[in-house]
Amino acid sequence: MDLVTQIGVLVLAAFVGFEVISKVPNTLHTPLMSGTNAIHGIVLLGGLLVIGEAVGADDVLGQVILVIAIAFGTINVVGGFLVTDRMLGMFKRKPEPKTDEGEGS
Amino acid sequence: MSLLATSFLENHNFIDSLYILAVILFIVGLRGLAGPRTAVRGNQIAAVGMAIAFVATLLQHGVVPNGHTAILIAVGVVVGTAVGIPAARNVKMTAMPQMVALFNGVGGGAVALIAWAEFRRRFPGGGGDWYTKSMIASLFAAIIGSISFWGSNIAFGKLQEILPGRPIKLPGQQLINLVLLVICVGSAAAIAAGTHSQALFILGVLVAAGILGNMVVLPIGGADMPVVISLLNAFTGLSAAATGIALNNFALIVAGTIVGASGSILTNLMAVAMNRSVPSIIAGGFGGGGGEAAAGAGAGAGGGGTARSTSAQDAAIQLAYARQVVIVPGYGMAVAQAQHAVREMALALEKKGVEVKYAIHPVAGRMPGHMNVLLAEADVPYDQLKEMDDINPEFGRTDVSLIIGANDVTNPAANNDPGSPIYGMPILEVDKSQSVIVLKRSMNSGFAGIDNPLFYDPKTAMLFGDAKASVSEITAELSNL
Repeated sequence: MDLVTQIGVLVLAAFVGFEVISKVPNTLHTPLMSGTNAIHGIVLLGGLLVIGEAVGADDVLGQVILVIAIAFGTINVVGGFLVTDRMLGMFKRKPEPKTDEGEGS
Repeated sequence: MSLLATSFLENHNFIDSLYILAVILFIVGLRGLAGPRTAVRGNQIAAVGMAIAFVATLLQHGVVPNGHTAILIAVGVVVGTAVGIPAARNVKMTAMPQMVALFNGVGGGAVALIAWAEFRRRFPGGGGDWYTKSMIASLFAAIIGSISFWGSNIAFGKLQEILPGRPIKLPGQQLINLVLLVICVGSAAAIAAGTHSQALFILGVLVAAGILGNMVVLPIGGADMPVVISLLNAFTGLSAAATGIALNNFALIVAGTIVGASGSILTNLMAVAMNRSVPSIIAGGFGGGGGEAAAGAGAGAGGGGTARSTSAQDAAIQLAYARQVVIVPGYGMAVAQAQHAVREMALALEKKGVEVKYAIHPVAGRMPGHMNVLLAEADVPYDQLKEMDDINPEFGRTDVSLIIGANDVTNPAANNDPGSPIYGMPILEVDKSQSVIVLKRSMNSGFAGIDNPLFYDPKTAMLFGDAKASVSEITAELSNL
């Protein structure tokens, strides 16, 4: 992809982000922040893409840096999705209390 | 046959199709997160998208050229999983904001490390050649990723109370920050201009940006921390997108940008709810000059008044004979882990025919939704939780407002003291109710460092002590009535 195409993709993605996100109710903001947090853990892929080159160049320090980067990215992804799931598990709707007769007594 | 299958799997159109699928799943998943009923599935859908993107990347030709690479990747993924799963499983609900900060930080760290590795690879012995586009994108990623990593760590430290929550300011802070920024951008410019010591200058960029990340977050008070975490979240997203431009990766660009966009919106929403602007939070003025002025004004306004303290027994009687009680939870409830005790007290009150509602300020606690998460954990019905705009007209009809560890979000100075730094911030108008009971540990001011005239109001009674203990005492007294 050339730069102009990439910037085009970036701009469109930004609009998608605004549109999708702006409709979230206040109460779900913390889980939402946590969920988007997990998604930017996608930088993990960046680590995967370049570590082979560091191996090819016999660059030990480079390999160490990238293994740490991959570990960091994995923590971000795995931890992020799990923690969001735990938060959302708390939003179970309780069955409606029976208020049709007992009220006022 | 297997050769054919392999070449098909490695076909870049196939890989790109998988990326597109992954991106669709991210978008569908995020949309699911918009509603309480679809949120759990939304999160799972996004996670599936991530798994697909991960596999697609590994399939790509040349990504895993040999066993050595495969082992290194496996080590990274296994270590990351081994750290991430227990961290996410065991974190207490009250510590959630810190955890988000930490996960955000490691994401930023990964971005910075990848940028560093790329520079080492592209310019092994000084000199070398790389696309300007990739280089500039990588420099951007290095700076923002490093700021995000260190800034998030400071935010974590403050929320976890390893570091003091109050603003920490050095003399000449602005000048130091400016110098760091100059070093940062200067080193980046030197690389872009074609110096021959790129490997050295990139370290300059990373270190200066890292110190800058520390310096920018340290002077910010604990109350503003959610806004900061949200901002850093958006930053990390953007830096991931920049990494995508540098590495020519479609999935990184799209996913990173979506996070950047969502993070900016969330940041702005939070700042607006606190009647603050993002630049003024970053400037760290609140806890510094503004706070001192506020303390002076507060002492002038409320200095003559005294707070009236009450007992759990009196509070229980007052609550039991009320028609409507509005509970206003705040960070104090989270710290004391009092949500279950609060739920029990509410049940005891409902048994006595009292109508109980919860008033949730958008920035109560440390993050929007923080109180909802905690109360939902204690099985409080979703429809008893009222947002600020819905509950404010109700305070006039409310007999008792019970404030549990909230402070600044109830401060009437925001409505009627133009000299107050929080003047104009939307608050829960508890001062309109018949009477107010405040559960609080001491008379210390809240995170904004501002005195609260509500405490000196004649209709306000203070019940000092740990929120959980106080609530349990009230519940015990209720059963004796």
